Amino acid sequence: MPSDRIDIRHVARLARLALTNEEIATFGPQLGDLMAHVDDLAQLDTQDVAATAQVVPSRNVQRADGLRPETMVSHDAALANAPQRQGPFFRVPRIIAEEG
Amino acid sequence: MTTSEATVELSSELLDKYEAVIGIECHVELKTVSKMFCGCPNSFGGEPNTKVCPVCLALPGALPVPNAKALEHMIRAGLAFGAEIPEHSKFDRKNYFYPDMPKNYQISQYDMPLTQGGVVRYWLDDGTRGECRLTRIHIEEDTGKSTHASADGRLASSTSSLIDFNRAGVPLMECVGEPDLRSAEEAVAFVETLARTFRELGVSDVKMEEGSLRCDANVSVRLRGASEYGTKAEIKNINSFRSLRRATESEIARQIRVIESGGRVIQETRGWDEGAGVTHSQRSKEQAHDYRYFPDPDLVPLDVTADVVERVRATLVETPFERYVRYVDSAGLDSKRATQLVDDHALAAWFDRAVATGGGNAQAVVAFVLGDLSRLANESGTHIADGKVTPDALGELVALTQSNAINSKAAKQVLETLWNEGGSAKAIVEREGLAQVSDRGAVEKIVDEVLAANEKVVADYKAGKTNVFGFLTGAVMKASRGKANPTLAQELLKEKLGA
Amino acid sequence: MDPVKDSARAIAREVNARAVSATEVAERLIPHVERVDGQLGAYLQLTPDLMRAHARRVDERVAAGERLPLAGVPVALKDNMCLTGTRTTAGSKILENFVAPYTATAVQRLLDAGALPIGKTNLDEFAMGSSGENSAFGATRNPYDLDRVPGGSSAGSAASVGGFTATLSLGSDTGGSIREPAAFCNVVGFKPTYGRVSRYGLIAFASSLDQIGPFARTVEDAALAYDVIAGKDPLDATSVDREVEATAGDLRDDLRGVRVGIVKEFGLGELDAASRACYEAAYADLERLGAELVEVALPTAKYGLATYYLIAPAECSSNLARFDGVRYGLRVDGSDVGEMYERTRAAGFGAEVKRRILIGTYALSSGYYDAYYLKAQKARTRIAEDFARAFERCDVIAAPAAASPAFRFNAKNDPVTMYLMDYYTIPGSLAGLPSLSVPCGAAVPEDGTRSMPMGLQLTSPLFTERALLGVAHAYERATMHAEKLTPPETCNT
Repeated sequence: MPSDRIDIRHVARLARLALTNEEIATFGPQLGDLMAHVDDLAQLDTQDVAATAQVVPSRNVQRADGLRPETMVSHDAALANAPQRQGPFFRVPRIIAEEG
Repeated sequence: MTTSEATVELSSELLDKYEAVIGIECHVELKTVSKMFCGCPNSFGGEPNTKVCPVCLALPGALPVPNAKALEHMIRAGLAFGAEIPEHSKFDRKNYFYPDMPKNYQISQYDMPLTQGGVVRYWLDDGTRGECRLTRIHIEEDTGKSTHASADGRLASSTSSLIDFNRAGVPLMECVGEPDLRSAEEAVAFVETLARTFRELGVSDVKMEEGSLRCDANVSVRLRGASEYGTKAEIKNINSFRSLRRATESEIARQIRVIESGGRVIQETRGWDEGAGVTHSQRSKEQAHDYRYFPDPDLVPLDVTADVVERVRATLVETPFERYVRYVDSAGLDSKRATQLVDDHALAAWFDRAVATGGGNAQAVVAFVLGDLSRLANESGTHIADGKVTPDALGELVALTQSNAINSKAAKQVLETLWNEGGSAKAIVEREGLAQVSDRGAVEKIVDEVLAANEKVVADYKAGKTNVFGFLTGAVMKASRGKANPTLAQELLKEKLGA
Repeated sequence: MDPVKDSARAIAREVNARAVSATEVAERLIPHVERVDGQLGAYLQLTPDLMRAHARRVDERVAAGERLPLAGVPVALKDNMCLTGTRTTAGSKILENFVAPYTATAVQRLLDAGALPIGKTNLDEFAMGSSGENSAFGATRNPYDLDRVPGGSSAGSAASVGGFTATLSLGSDTGGSIREPAAFCNVVGFKPTYGRVSRYGLIAFASSLDQIGPFARTVEDAALAYDVIAGKDPLDATSVDREVEATAGDLRDDLRGVRVGIVKEFGLGELDAASRACYEAAYADLERLGAELVEVALPTAKYGLATYYLIAPAECSSNLARFDGVRYGLRVDGSDVGEMYERTRAAGFGAEVKRRILIGTYALSSGYYDAYYLKAQKARTRIAEDFARAFERCDVIAAPAAASPAFRFNAKNDPVTMYLMDYYTIPGSLAGLPSLSVPCGAAVPEDGTRSMPMGLQLTSPLFTERALLGVAHAYERATMHAEKLTPPETCNT
């Protein structure tokens, strides 16, 4: 498995995590160690084995289409924790990246 | 590329030399009472950040539970286009950061969509028909809305953005089309048919002005006759038919220009600038996202049984395309009139009823519906279906006209009366004494009187001045107070003048 | 009656009988906790006003004739569970000032049953850790030796019950976060079947593994709490719609006819001598109490750690994306929104959380998904299949709850060494099985002189909580290990 090829800067960028040079220096080998453990998995035969995303055998859990006002939060409560707001909106610094 | 370059028209030779290949991805908000994964209202507008809960605000600890109605809508939409509904489906997370997407991942479907395949049959304004295969339709959730705070409201010069999460979590279906379309007209017709169909099925209101239908167009060009596809560019976030047509045309022209000037089209995402009328580069394939799709561990798999599929199938109605084909191929309407009816569901239903009562003469009915009746409706600002004229009354009126029981002039008069008062056409004809006189003896008597009173004219006619025939016909009609069957009157006049 | 030392069952009985009021319980407990917790550090915040308000409400309800299963029982809540109006931090700087506007379902059920919230307990940041040392807000100490860790990640929930500053508490277990600290703190820690208890309002670490469960000083008390919090929640699609068999009454007192599986691959040979002796004695006790010991094989269990350290970080990398400085929590500004994200997350998350986000992001990233994440999901299937085969031959599986007694602070600086603490608990988590740790004696750590508590892990098939608690109860009543140890530093009323 390609454990030795972790491009930690690229991964940190995907995760939107700014890392210091010290962190890159520490995390690099630590992640390498862990991935070495993980590489043992290659020895486990998983041919024709189904992937388990959920251990419980539930299917089709849905809710009927309807309002649940008791679960809603008020406008004030919604904005109460906002680091920055402007009028009725959450405010963030300018968006330059084109995502989505 | 500058704006002036973009607006230079390409010669028709160049346009003929190349063929466009277009595939559309369309996002449509589903019509439900509540959002996709929580019990907040799914409704447009409102005071910002008032239709929110822990789930759609992505508060720590909140969990999604899928809306059964939205899933049913998806199955209905798929079946309307003949899609396959796989037995097994699931939800996946699409991971990327954007401030109006509260969880910084979108719940979507990656490799096991709710519907697969299907065909969208569409028609162009001139009546040409075409079809475009669907790859899939999958369910996802909408984002909130960001407003860019700057003097001109544009993203590029903004200093900050304001976010409203009222729309976050609204159920959205993404319809992915195959690259089967060959022109901007076809692209527009394809999306129009999707929109008509979703409205007809009741799965979406498709209000373009509220942004409930948005599309991305994948556009490439190749030399006409070539079998390989050219490199495509994806134009993102087009939100009107007009923009779709313009953006696609502009992009086709841009790519032809690039190739003609010896360049190479690169695979990239482009945005559409409505004001400048050009597409502009947003990001290249090299900067493409790594969405890290994986099955959403907060949700369990979906199994769609044959029972469920059949139950939904039983609720399907005639699709707009099927209705269009019926109007044109069976009823003999022209494409434009058929489209007018198809685009007005209430009117089409009204029309079908009138045709049934009127003895199946669709052309005669449509002449009234899109003629005098539409005029009356427009003048009073009332929809035909909401007016006093019932489809049965119109059908009756058409039947009376067709059987020569009344003439066209009387028909107009009856229609006006129906519009103002309602009631039955037959009753009005009787009450107003508008029944056409087709009794040979009665009309002959009037003809004789007219001929006797106009000896000089009769003499002129016999001397070769046959253009006075119209005068004599008019005189007979006038003498009968408009009720004489005009065909019979003319026949008798000719008989007597020729004798 | 003594609200500090008495069991939940005893307190509820007295309050329901109006022999003592919930308010009296609260008034006696609050000053005690305030005095003792300074040393222990189990709580991130105390909620005395809320506790009093709930006590008044319970007294009114009891006066009106209601009988509440947890009437007047003081409970501590791990601070990754939302409770309206309280700061809910998940032990992270990124949520330092987040006040929850809603209440977790499990917490609400506890309160509706008459429990009194004492406060929110410390934890490893976002429940990632095995010692409690990863909290952004300082260490919680082991009530049996203040120089040692209480275990993690439910550090404060284990320490508060073990240190007699709560009667019951709620923790969450992803790979052992209830069972390991329970073993370290001489208490019962119970992780029900995945899906038994709603996760709505539990700040997610790894969604397919996280499960809320109780800490208590007796199996019966744990069962009492479980009966209250378990059951389908319409707000959690992964909560299971399946009848919950009441467990609190009539738990079995003997082990006759019970087949206890001892896992061949979990040989005790690698443990330190004192721990090994403790577990050997525990297995012998089980046999002495009438159980039949059978050797079972879990050949894939050794892949548990690798599997877990792909699946849990992958889910966490996505679950923790919402902490972005937009709607709540810490924000460190930047010139644009992308810079704001990166700075906020850099400042708000601790090292262990960052490591796991990086691993998880990597495991899901383009080109590696099949080799890592998908492979781990398939390994998970094989591990669950191994358990299913093992349970054809036994009713419960007994194993160590931790590889050693509680260790000293800063003893395990290397992440992988720390991860190995969960070697015995992780496989059952991957299979979603109900599993608990019950006190099984004491052992002197290799680096110490004083005996520290040990825990026996018992694991049973999916949805067999009652059978599991029955075995634990019989073992506990026969051995009375917990009562033989008293936390020397605290518990003085």
